[in-house]
Formats: sequence, structure tokens, C-alpha cells
Amino acid sequence: MANAGIAALELLRAWVARTVPNEGGSWFEQQIALMFSGPTEKQLYIALGYAIRRLGKQDLDLNSEDLVAASTARPGWNPSDWSVDQAARLSFVLASDNDDGARFKARLEQLFRTADIGELITFYRGLPLYPHPRLHVARAREGARSAMQPIFEAVAHRNPYPMEEFDENAWNHMVLKALFVGSKLDPIQGLDRRSNPALMRMLCDYAHERWAAGRPVSPELWRCVGPHADRDAIVDLKQVLKTGTVVEQQAAALALQASSLPAAREALAEAPDLAKHAAAGEPGWAALAEAS
Amino acid sequence: MFVDSHTHMISRTTDDYERMAAAGVVACIEPAFWLGQPRTHVGTYIDYLSMICGFERFRAGQFGLRHYCTIGLNSKEANNEELAEAVMEILPRYALKEGVVAIGEIGYDEQTALEDKYYRLQLELAKELHLPVMVHTPHRDKRQGTLRSMAVALEHKLDPSWVVIDHNNEETVRDVLDRGFWAAFSIYPFTKMGNERMVEIVKNYGAERIFCDSACDWGVSDPLAVPKTAELMRRAQIPEEHIRKVTYENPLAAYGKSGQIKEEDWLNPPSIDQRTLYMGNSVLRGGQSPRIDEGKRGVDDNLKIS
Ligand SMILES: [Zn+2]
Repeated sequence: MANAGIAALELLRAWVARTVPNEGGSWFEQQIALMFSGPTEKQLYIALGYAIRRLGKQDLDLNSEDLVAASTARPGWNPSDWSVDQAARLSFVLASDNDDGARFKARLEQLFRTADIGELITFYRGLPLYPHPRLHVARAREGARSAMQPIFEAVAHRNPYPMEEFDENAWNHMVLKALFVGSKLDPIQGLDRRSNPALMRMLCDYAHERWAAGRPVSPELWRCVGPHADRDAIVDLKQVLKTGTVVEQQAAALALQASSLPAAREALAEAPDLAKHAAAGEPGWAALAEAS
Repeated sequence: MFVDSHTHMISRTTDDYERMAAAGVVACIEPAFWLGQPRTHVGTYIDYLSMICGFERFRAGQFGLRHYCTIGLNSKEANNEELAEAVMEILPRYALKEGVVAIGEIGYDEQTALEDKYYRLQLELAKELHLPVMVHTPHRDKRQGTLRSMAVALEHKLDPSWVVIDHNNEETVRDVLDRGFWAAFSIYPFTKMGNERMVEIVKNYGAERIFCDSACDWGVSDPLAVPKTAELMRRAQIPEEHIRKVTYENPLAAYGKSGQIKEEDWLNPPSIDQRTLYMGNSVLRGGQSPRIDEGKRGVDDNLKIS
């Protein structure tokens, strides 16, 4: 197992033990020992199958120190909304790793194929912890194509894996899909860093589709438009700045602020109050995501 | 509140889910069955089982229903030995999934030797995994098939209070209750078992170990059968506590033995489920107690299923 995996496993074990003391906890540790010893496939899926029955599914309720420990063990890892069964199941999967990348991948694929919905969410959330990250790109993309929003979000939200491993096309489609299914953009890690001109164009076209259908456009969309805005995009942003709701106007101002085109500065000059707040970074994309 | 303990939701529309939720159905159980046409590969079986504990559970949650399932090799497909053997291999893997409340629906169709073999093997599996059993009684030669299903279950030392005999009618109910099994009634439009007959059964036999379900699937069937039957019972002056048993408490008690279905699942779901899977029943949000007259909402005046 790679170092990050070992450190993550240590944390997961401690959190499970803390959340489920007594019988459940000792069952968990027995299973971990079994997983370290090179379990049969049957032993692995029985441990996974009994996880909820033995441990329940309460939240881990991690505090800020835990979250710092998590991101130290594995940069970008954010288990803030994980439950105990998720932590336990991923502990089993990680502990059963025997440094054979192909074998680990084959086993993981098998688990995905026969997973119930809770397991799917769990295994996708585990993506940043698996060894040989590159081997799991196709699987991660499968999750990002899911018609089930919680599965999609298990890949897209609070997960560093896509920003590290997805190519531009995969990335852009994930962001667009988030808007399609009504998921927020702000919890996507690397949203600003990975924005690009092709995505900007896709998003503006999507905004036009929505407008044509008389449907609202998420203010978050403009976050990935601003830094790469072309002239047409500036026209769109000017329109939103003029006629949008308050939240949309604030989003358009922030997006224009992120553009280096002179046309963007001119547009902002026409709305001095919005421009002033945008220059100060207010209200910020996280707050806009919250409000939209 | 109602529990519909036999529904093949994969072949129902979103309208059905909306109407069920509006009528007060809070939970439904999807028994593994055939699809109207036999499967010919274990791979399609795997995808089917993944579907009923995956996407269908998600879909139900979107409409405020909690979704459970039973796992098993049905009697019709048990007659394809090659398929049956392969399916038996993978069943243990699914039987421990979250929300699997029984091994089922299993039993006899034409009462062949292969049906008998796989029925028995699955009874043993249920015992090993401490799961209840849902028995599908045959539509043809029903009485003999029902008696045989029970005799074989007892021969394998199953506790009858862990076994639900489904699709009963007036001819089978006495034998089932006398032997200590649960007696479930699927309310079908046309002949097999209408809900006026169900009302008569509750009048005659009371509500102990009796419950009804819709068995709604791809054929002519009514996903509102349980709330409609409840309302019909109410109009026939059947005591409220009997109605509650037959349409809610009894299926919950029978399948609750699995530990995989509990009232808290819809009254006070775990936070992780509220964040991810279960959009909740707005009627029940915030710990309110459900309305007594819930069954009337969403159920039109045409209550009779016959
Ligand atoms: Zn059925």
C-alpha cells in the first residue's frame, strides 16, 4: 500500500473505533486483521455485507483536527460528511490491498459491479485513497456519468480525484453534468484551477439553451466562464449584470472581475456598486452557491 | 401510513410512485422475480439484482418512498438448470445487501424437480443468513402447491413465523394460519383476489398474521391496492387497529425480522440517508405524526379492485 493509503487507513480505523465502541468495534478490528492476512473474495464481501448490520450508519462527526489530519494524510481528502459504514467498508478495501495494482483493480471492479446504492456511494468516495490512482479513471468516469445524483456527487463533490486524474473532456462534462442534474459546483475541488476555454464555451451554450427554454441558469455557471471569457461571453455576462436576479448579478460581476478583457472592465464600470463588491471578492462563490 | 410488501417497481412509472406516496405508502418491498420473459444468462441476473438494490432504491427515494427488496431465484427460472446453478453462486453476495428483507420470492410454479431442488437450497440459505422467506405460491394447482411449500419449509426446520406465504386466497388462508405462517394476499384486478374479498377475509379471520399487498408489476395491477383496500375496510366498519395491522404493522413485523426494515427508516432516517438517498415524505417531515385520514388522499372514489 502506498503511504497515503496507509495513513488514511490508520485514520479511518481510529474514527470507526471511536464511533462504535464495544462489540461492533471489536468485530471491526477482527475483520481488519482478516483483511490484512489476505482474505478470500468471500471473506471480503461478507465483511462488506455485514458492515452496516454490525456498525450502523451514523455520521463520523469529524472535528476540525480530524479534517486537518485527513488532508495531511492525503492532500484534498475531505471526509467531512462520511458515515461509519463508509469508513469501515473502505478500511476493508484498503486493508485487503496487497500491492498488486491489477489485482486490486479487478477486485474493486467486481465490488462495483455487484454493489448496492450505499456501497456505490462509498466506493466512489474512496477513489482518492486507492493505490495506483491512474488505473481507476474509467471507473470514476462511469460514476460521473451516473443518473443517480448521489453517485455522481460521490465522484464530483469534495473529492480530489477528478481534478487530479480527469482529462479536459472528462472534466468539462463532469462540470456540465453537475449543472444539468442540479448539483452545486462549489464542492467540486479544483473548479477554478481546471477551468478552460472549451468549458467556458460549453457553459455559455448551455446558458443559451436554458434561456431559450425560459428556464433559470445557475449563477455558479459564470464562475467557470469569467477567467476564459471571450467577447460573446462578455455580452452574456453584461446581459446578466443588467437583467439578472440579485444573486445572478453578483455572480456576473464576480465573473467579469476574473476576466482580463478590457470589455469586462467596461461592463463593470456600468454597474459601480456591484463592481465595488466584486473587486473585494464579495460575496464570494461559496456564498453564491449557498444562496442559489 | 402503509407498507406495500410486494411491488415490482422496476416496471412502474413515476406517476405510480407519486400516487403511492400521496396515498400514504411509505415503504415498498420489491421481490426478485422473473421479468415476464425468462433470463438466459447469469450476467443479466446480476444486473437485475444490482438494479433492484441500486437504481430502483434511488428512484423510490426521489418520490419519498423507502424501497427494500428480497433476493432469490424464482420458480420459473429455476427450471433452467445451468442458469439456476450460476444464480445460486451469486445469491449470497446479494442477500446481505442493505435493505434485503428476505429470501424470495421463491417456491413452486409447476412443482418440477428442479423447482423443488432450488426452493430447498434457498430455504437453507435463508436459515444460514437469518433472513425471512417470501414464498410465491403457484397460480395453478394453488392449494396443493401451497400445502407443499409449507410442508417443505417445515421439513427444513424453518420457523413458520419467519416465512410469508404470499398470493393466498379463501382456499388457502386457513391452512396457512393454522400452521403458524404469515398469510399475505396480493390484490389483483380480475378474478384472482379482489379487495372486497380481502375485506371479507379480514372480517372472517381477523388481522393476526394477515396482510395485503399490490403485487403490482408489468401486468394489469394496481399500485394503490393497499390504500384502497384500507379505505374499503374502513367503510366496512373493520376496526382501525385491524386495518393498521393488515396494511402496515404485519408486513413490518414479518420482514422486520431481517433487521433491515424499521419504522425509523421513514420516520427518522439516518442523516447520511437524508443527505444522499431519501428525499423524505414531506407529510412526515419534522417528526410530525402522520395524518389519520392519509389513506384517502390520492385515492379516488373507485376503490374496488375486482
Ligand atoms: Zn411478485
